[in-house]
Amino acid sequence: MSVRGLRVIEIINKIADDIEKNKMYLTELDAAIGDGDHGLNMSKGFLAVKEKLKDDDGNNIGDILKKTGMALVSNVGGASGPLYGTAFMKAAMVVNGKKEIEIEDFKQVLEAALEGIKIRGKAKLNEKTIIDALEPAVEALKNALDNGSNAEEALKKAVNAAETGVEHTKDIIATKGRASYLGERSIGHQDPGAASCLLILKTIYNEISC
Amino acid sequence: MVGLVIVSHSQKIAEGAKELASQMAADVPIAAAGGTRDGRIGTDIDKILACINEVYSEDGVLVIYDLGSAYMNAEMALEFLDDNKKEKVHITDSAIIEGTVLAAIQCSMKKSILEIKEELEEVKIQKT
Repeated sequence: MSVRGLRVIEIINKIADDIEKNKMYLTELDAAIGDGDHGLNMSKGFLAVKEKLKDDDGNNIGDILKKTGMALVSNVGGASGPLYGTAFMKAAMVVNGKKEIEIEDFKQVLEAALEGIKIRGKAKLNEKTIIDALEPAVEALKNALDNGSNAEEALKKAVNAAETGVEHTKDIIATKGRASYLGERSIGHQDPGAASCLLILKTIYNEISC
Repeated sequence: MVGLVIVSHSQKIAEGAKELASQMAADVPIAAAGGTRDGRIGTDIDKILACINEVYSEDGVLVIYDLGSAYMNAEMALEFLDDNKKEKVHITDSAIIEGTVLAAIQCSMKKSILEIKEELEEVKIQKT
């Protein structure tokens, strides 16, 4: 399975569409424990991403991911801007110059994205953040590939792990971000950032498996 | 003279903090980076960068912010500065209003950025 640059752009556009469709859902999640703008912010960001990738020739996947990150950083407005922005920009560095990528490259992309988010947000697992979806997904993808799974199976396992991770955020007290001001009141609600991260991973899986 | 940049999710808070501080230190370069460029609540890396450049001098710039993601965007803005500018721009985690007023007074007294940061320890709060 190799994915060419133009296909990467198609997948990112699909992510933008899915974010748009789930704008209200993400905003509702955020309204429960945050400032209620996650859906709107992500939608604004990914609309800008679409615009920025419109004329890209797809010849450098690193460039595509970098443009995506820059557009998110400049247009989101909330914490997800610098977090997802950093994730895409860090990911861009590991595939810079590539015209097509394999699942092994994608593994490195996700690893770099996770690393970027951890550094930017000074956060770790179990703090009710994006990391609670992304880190289990990265681990599951790595294990699956090490055990001989193909790309589709490995991505499916990553999505499942992220889903479990999102569910788990309901049991955690938020200690990072706006939700941390709520303390115990944040229990029982899932983290909107983890939810949007799952959404992105699901879109990638759906696009690769179809 | 050290310049100040106030980064807030709200344009009104950033403008208000600037207004308050300017009353006591009229000659200090202060720039308000509040809200997003399309008028939403949030922080905007391009606005922050423009504000840093607006008040920048060799004496340096102190960035004061309100809540978590403002810090992340301020930090990213710094990463986009040239290396020689970058080392003269510092982010401080003081209470936004108290910090801005105190810093502005210290700036007007022509203190160095390190001296001002030390004074600001007094109004430091746990932010990230």
